[in-house]
Amino acid sequence: METAAEQHHEAPAGFVRRYIFSTDHKVIAKQYMILSLTMALIGGFTAYLIRWQLAWPETDIPGWGPIGPDNYNAIITMHGTVMVFFVAMPFLLGAFGNYLIPLMIGARDMAFPRLNMMSFWTVFTASVVLTISMFVPGGPAAAGWTGYAPLSDNPIYTGVTWGQNLWILALALEFGSFLMGGINFLTTALNMRAPGMTLWRLPLVVWMELTAAVVFLLSVGPLIAGALMLLADRTLGTGFFRPDRGGDPLLWEHLFWFFGHPEVYVVALPGFGIMLEVMPVFARKPIFGYRTMVWSTIAAGLLSFIVWAHHMFVSGMDPRLATPFSVTTILISVPFALLVFSMIATVWGGSITLTTPMLFALGGLATFIIGGVTGIFLGSATTDIFLHGTYFVVAHFHYTLFPVTFFGGFAGLYYWYPKMFGRMMNETLGKIHFWFTFVFFNAIFIPLFAVGTHGSPRRIYELSSYTYLQPFQYLHVIATYATIGLFIGQLPFIVNFIGSMVRGKRAADNPWDANTLEWATTSPPPHENFEHIPVVYRDPYEYSVPGENEDWIPQTRPEPQIVYAAAD
Amino acid sequence: MFSNLLPPNVSTFGGDVDHTFWMIFWIVGFWFVLAEGVLIYSIVRYRKGSTGAGTRAMFLRGDTPRQLAWIFIPVAIILFLDLAIDRAGASAWERIKGEIPPSDVTIKVTAKQFNWNFTYPGPDGKFGTADDITAENDLHVPAGKVVKFELQSEDVIHSFFVPELRLKQDVVPGRKISGWFQSDIPGTYEIACSELCGFGHYSMHGTVIVQNAKDYSAWLHDTWPTKFAANSASVKAN
Repeated sequence: METAAEQHHEAPAGFVRRYIFSTDHKVIAKQYMILSLTMALIGGFTAYLIRWQLAWPETDIPGWGPIGPDNYNAIITMHGTVMVFFVAMPFLLGAFGNYLIPLMIGARDMAFPRLNMMSFWTVFTASVVLTISMFVPGGPAAAGWTGYAPLSDNPIYTGVTWGQNLWILALALEFGSFLMGGINFLTTALNMRAPGMTLWRLPLVVWMELTAAVVFLLSVGPLIAGALMLLADRTLGTGFFRPDRGGDPLLWEHLFWFFGHPEVYVVALPGFGIMLEVMPVFARKPIFGYRTMVWSTIAAGLLSFIVWAHHMFVSGMDPRLATPFSVTTILISVPFALLVFSMIATVWGGSITLTTPMLFALGGLATFIIGGVTGIFLGSATTDIFLHGTYFVVAHFHYTLFPVTFFGGFAGLYYWYPKMFGRMMNETLGKIHFWFTFVFFNAIFIPLFAVGTHGSPRRIYELSSYTYLQPFQYLHVIATYATIGLFIGQLPFIVNFIGSMVRGKRAADNPWDANTLEWATTSPPPHENFEHIPVVYRDPYEYSVPGENEDWIPQTRPEPQIVYAAAD
Repeated sequence: MFSNLLPPNVSTFGGDVDHTFWMIFWIVGFWFVLAEGVLIYSIVRYRKGSTGAGTRAMFLRGDTPRQLAWIFIPVAIILFLDLAIDRAGASAWERIKGEIPPSDVTIKVTAKQFNWNFTYPGPDGKFGTADDITAENDLHVPAGKVVKFELQSEDVIHSFFVPELRLKQDVVPGRKISGWFQSDIPGTYEIACSELCGFGHYSMHGTVIVQNAKDYSAWLHDTWPTKFAANSASVKAN
């Protein structure tokens, strides 16, 4: 008799139900991917405007015109908001989390397919609201992506009216969307695993998406409350964050960073997870220290809840809080060092093929290390006195978020593209894309570390107004040329991404000889993923097992029958 | 760009900040070079086919104590170094941001979009009296003396940042935040607002003018021409 889980349904026939209001996690994942890549164009364009203005202040920006200081503040606010909330999260959690979790655990779909659809359309609405906010009278929000009150709270300080209100609304919707998504991730990964898929057999990216979802669920509540309080201050006359009405601006900072720091790990862990799926496949080696990595991931997730005040060392909070938060912050280097060392040890002694996904995974690791070590300077309250709010911070967090979002994201995109679209991407274009991205990303942000250590505040429309910074203008010029190079380097990707859908070589079911379950079904997988729910017999990373002919053993291969000698 | 990473330091506590900075720089620099070095070595050394055709990858699961020692021993060293950084940082922080030492001069700093106002108590040494004087954007202070400041904001959050003094403190509306500094090196040092405060944020600068005893006293006499002459003996700052 067929069990409920074995029942196989066909995809809905109508175009709208099949491709737009779909409940299929694979379609929804692609929708997230298209949304995030589209928003990345907006985020990238704002980066171009920022970089041009900083290199050649107050000149006509090709394709835009000159920008003034108030526009500049709006542009940096949009850049940060778009990149963190509408690119990194939908790309790493929305697209990859949705696509991979059911396939990798051997499920037919998410636990709550309609909730999944609603999550996507909520974040889609949030993106529309944010985009509209860029065109309302008074201009878009201009209080920074951190929205510090009272600058964000009282319109008289920026002249921004509905732009800021819509910014708050867009964020609240975005958070709501990922709350629903997080519940889905958690329920699915814990309850819908195929027979034999124990927790210790889960691929690491599932563990990391899961940890990210839990961290997000537990941290976002206070900020949703904070956003509604801010909106109430602006529209209903309350004064939660306004000292003239008895409120306190530091309350916003606490609510924002109590979420804002865990948010970094919400983005970083899935990016790490993707790199960790790619590395063993192209090194033909098991993950080094699988369980250590799982425990490190959980430890990093837990620690992320008690470090937020390192964003506030010089905020005016009680200075006695600085040292405890310094200690917890610097302690995060322990789980992350374990993760990084385990990744290096996974590559060490391998049989490495430098395919495009592997290049992006290794490039992501190499650059993330810079982001990690520079974090120590900011985690120490003493050095943070000098470095807080400077370009050093800007360079540091780009070195953490860019590697996970773009190196990690591109590694995953090139790696799972054959599964998602049934065709291979072009390797030559992919490698050109990698080298442009890798070289120019570093060429942008290494100079900006130096701008920061020379004492340049961030969010400065032009630094020539400070005499002591004028000698360092040339570093901004280098960074801007590199930005243009980085954008040119994305063209091969766009050509490759779209072109391969029609012209790419047909992909085999398992083109990389990988072990995890998504490769045990067709490319692309059918509606509801598997002809029959697979049974899992082994760990996800059994590569180059001694005594085996092949250097890979899929998770679905049964253990050999042990035949005991009759004499026994 | 990286030879003199930091601007010259002119405050008495700035050396502690710089010391912690360089301590972290060398520690993380070592681990950075080591990690990237092993990573690049592995990528080059273990390319497929580089060790002869048909060579397979090592089967290392990293699940025995012996194998895990390769990552746990370095991490134990990192933990130890973390604590050393915490310790150096904590004592410097305590000195800079802890109890304010007895001060010779007290100045009220009021930040507003997009100016720094500095209020001096005048010859009588008291705020709120007729001889208070408020200067815009220029802060005159004596060299070799502890200067206490009280930060207040009239509108949004600003940040009082003097890179060469290694001094930064946010200025928060609704709060009075005190701090101090001392510079023994006369000169003119720029103040940069380092918290986004509106469209004029980029141009919200001021200067700290650290003067030797003679110049400072001349400035006092110029600023309070009549009263100062009578009371000059009672002013500690000259």
